[in-house]
Amino acid sequence: MDIIRFIQYIASGTAYTLGVTFVALPSGLILGLILAIIYVYGGKIAARILSVYSTVMRGIPPIVLLFILYFIMSGTINLSPFWAGSISLGVISSAYQMEIIRGAILSVSGGQMIAALAIGMSRLQAIRYIVLPQTLRLAIPPWSNEAAIVIKDSSLVYALGVPEILRRAQLISASTQQPFLAYTTAALIYFGLVLFTNTLLRRLENRLRIPANP
Amino acid sequence: MANKILTIKNLTKTYGNNIVFQNIDLSINEGDTVVIIGPSGTGKSTLLRCINLLTKPNGGQIWLDDEEITSKEVNEDNVRQHIGMVFQNFLLFNHLTALENVKLGLVKVKKMDKTAAEAKTFQELERVGLVDRAHHFPGQLSGGQQQRVAIARALAMDPRIMLFDEPTSALDPELIGEVLEVMRKLSLAGMTMLVVTHEMGFAREVADRIVFMEKGSIVEEGSPEDLFNRPKFQRTREFLWKITELYGKKE
Repeated sequence: MDIIRFIQYIASGTAYTLGVTFVALPSGLILGLILAIIYVYGGKIAARILSVYSTVMRGIPPIVLLFILYFIMSGTINLSPFWAGSISLGVISSAYQMEIIRGAILSVSGGQMIAALAIGMSRLQAIRYIVLPQTLRLAIPPWSNEAAIVIKDSSLVYALGVPEILRRAQLISASTQQPFLAYTTAALIYFGLVLFTNTLLRRLENRLRIPANP
Repeated sequence: MANKILTIKNLTKTYGNNIVFQNIDLSINEGDTVVIIGPSGTGKSTLLRCINLLTKPNGGQIWLDDEEITSKEVNEDNVRQHIGMVFQNFLLFNHLTALENVKLGLVKVKKMDKTAAEAKTFQELERVGLVDRAHHFPGQLSGGQQQRVAIARALAMDPRIMLFDEPTSALDPELIGEVLEVMRKLSLAGMTMLVVTHEMGFAREVADRIVFMEKGSIVEEGSPEDLFNRPKFQRTREFLWKITELYGKKE
């Protein structure tokens, strides 16, 4: 087997890696965003419950949670390993993203909410038009960290048999006895994806920066 | 008799055992400018926040025109629309330009269409002399300019009354004048205003009535003339003496 076909075999798993990431990251974002808003504005009981949610989800290794969520999901609704794995990673990520967004909401001054209420906006309008646009800008740098983690954690679905990069590297390493080449190739692809994503997000951050005098 | 815009009866606010103010009675006629003065920590700012329903009073009632806004059935968002508020630290929406700051309430709260809202926005920016700064963000404006945009933002909603909470306290001395000038013009144009300030020159020149508050109650109120020249209470005299010495050397 020549080297190009060797690398191609592993690289063709990139589609799955990206697929998992593109499901897990946005679903984690949407869930995390909603939970963060409820956490901050939803009263004491909601905050207490979500604090437990956050602590539990962040206190268990993702691979363990992945198995638990996967077996719950595949036992109730008949999902493919790809979807079950992606959604599980999304749920795990939602706890981290909730904390990122919650922190960002809290660092937007409470005065912004008061000023919005003062011109007659409802709380919901104030959150939508005043608090969130500022929050999401502030959240980009920590969020790009989380994006990198989700890209890397997408490799965990190999344990469910999804033929993504790591799974393929493992298979070809076993059949060709070339583990170093196989895993180095996988490493480089992951690294490239993370680097590309972070560059993209940094550009986004700069483009959305609110102009101010130095 | 002049039309009463704001009537406050027996208003009380406490935090636990700490009484912020107690049994406040105050009424403001249409077109009048009432200035509240007094030492810090006497509940002046909290009083303004209660009027705007941003803080809930523990007792008493407030009427805006003939509507009791402290009643439970009242829609708070709707009430706040009719009460303009200007804050000590401006509180412009940081991610929006001056234009968008003023326009947002017109579009989202008053549901005006974009063209009409924009025309109204420029009219208000004109009033505070900042049309040329319409496309600047708050971070690109001086404190005085930010506060003038904040005034325009409140005015755009066509409020029945404007509340000013120490509008010049966070400003560098050379920027205070431009904000006071806008407020003076506003008062002359017949806007009903309730102003908390330490600017005695402004109070003396612009106010129809001055209210002296201390330790959570109104000590004395009257025309600037009476209060500055013939204060009834020793406390008022001491306070005015202290504050004019601090702020208004020229008087």
